[in-house]
Amino acid sequence: MANTMQFDLVSPERSLASLEATAVQLPGADGDMTAMPDHAPTITTLRPGLLKVEAPAGASEYLVTGGFAQINGDGLSVLAEKAIPVAEVTRSHLDDLIAEARASHEAAKSGDDQSIVDDAAKLLADMEALGTHMSL
Amino acid sequence: MPNLKDLKNRIESVKSTRKITKAMQMVAAAKLRRAQESAEASRPYAERFNAVMAGLAASVGGSDSAPKLLRGTGSEDVHLLVVMTAERGLCGGFNSNIAKLARQKAEELRGKGKTVKVLTVGKKGRDALKRDLGDAFVGHVDLSEVKRIGYANAQDIAKDILSRFDGAEFDVATIFYSKFVNVVTQIPTAQQIIPASFEDDAAGDDSGAIFDYEPSEEAILADLLPKGVATAIFSALLENGASEQGARMSAMDNATRNAGEMIDKLTIQFNRSRQAVITNELIEIISGAEAL
Repeated sequence: MANTMQFDLVSPERSLASLEATAVQLPGADGDMTAMPDHAPTITTLRPGLLKVEAPAGASEYLVTGGFAQINGDGLSVLAEKAIPVAEVTRSHLDDLIAEARASHEAAKSGDDQSIVDDAAKLLADMEALGTHMSL
Repeated sequence: MPNLKDLKNRIESVKSTRKITKAMQMVAAAKLRRAQESAEASRPYAERFNAVMAGLAASVGGSDSAPKLLRGTGSEDVHLLVVMTAERGLCGGFNSNIAKLARQKAEELRGKGKTVKVLTVGKKGRDALKRDLGDAFVGHVDLSEVKRIGYANAQDIAKDILSRFDGAEFDVATIFYSKFVNVVTQIPTAQQIIPASFEDDAAGDDSGAIFDYEPSEEAILADLLPKGVATAIFSALLENGASEQGARMSAMDNATRNAGEMIDKLTIQFNRSRQAVITNELIEIISGAEAL
């Protein structure tokens, strides 16, 4: 593969991945995006979701929650508060996420900012869909 | 002069003390290796995080719209000191050094007429500061049940601190912990976490790039600052963990050596007394025979 970039995935407790990747799909706060080599330098926060890495060595998927991604010309670093390879995700991880999303949804409902309520509701729906997607 | 039996008992008890300190030293050595590994594993995250935050803070920091966590509350009358120590003793000066630094800082602040509040993490710091700063205690975090410190522990502490900050309980927060240099050197350190200050030590890395921010610089900053608090606390906890084991290891090494010296001294004393007793008996027998 001619065109690759350095991809690092680190969580506070350990570094999960450091490899050459061709494309990385991120769950950005404003929507999913895919970063490829020579992407414009960008910093974006992440919402909980799936991060897909395509690399010459093979594709991999991680479940990430919270954090941010820093894209610059020659590489991409993802700093996630929690990151788990999809193969190791269990139902209880997901239940935690759903519970968290539900709690923030409930909290948002008591406020009057409709957009926050919508965001929280979408996050909750996303989390539930994620479970189906991973057939847990 | 103590009699032979007493000496024998003392030698035995010092020997068993030496066994215990030796065992503790080896346990500390094993734990130190693990603590160092996790401290090292967390370093990439903290470094990158701080580099990004430094960039963001530099571009947004000056404006009035900057989040309170970065800008401060505008006053600095109430200080929260977060004193992080170990849950257990027998680790040399580790706990008392941290407590001493915190106490100095508290006195200095009180001298300037500021209000001091103390949040303790770890039982030993709490015990050490109870007498001088007991009236300033606002809370305590117990980590004695935690076998291996995880990010979740740091998040809990950060959440506690942030909710106090939101409740306007304090203006400035400082954490006290011990920085791990090597087994014999640990430096008690004070680090201000609120308002946050980021040292841009990785500046050369991407200073040339101009980043697009999504959603916006302010939104990212507001999202990341609370995480920065948790990250700072997490690194401090891990540094502390390594320092504690390092301090315990060298303290126990000293104790083992002292016990060895004491055993040698007591053994010599024991042998001398034994010889004195024999000589005495001989003199008695000889003088008895001569008298006949």
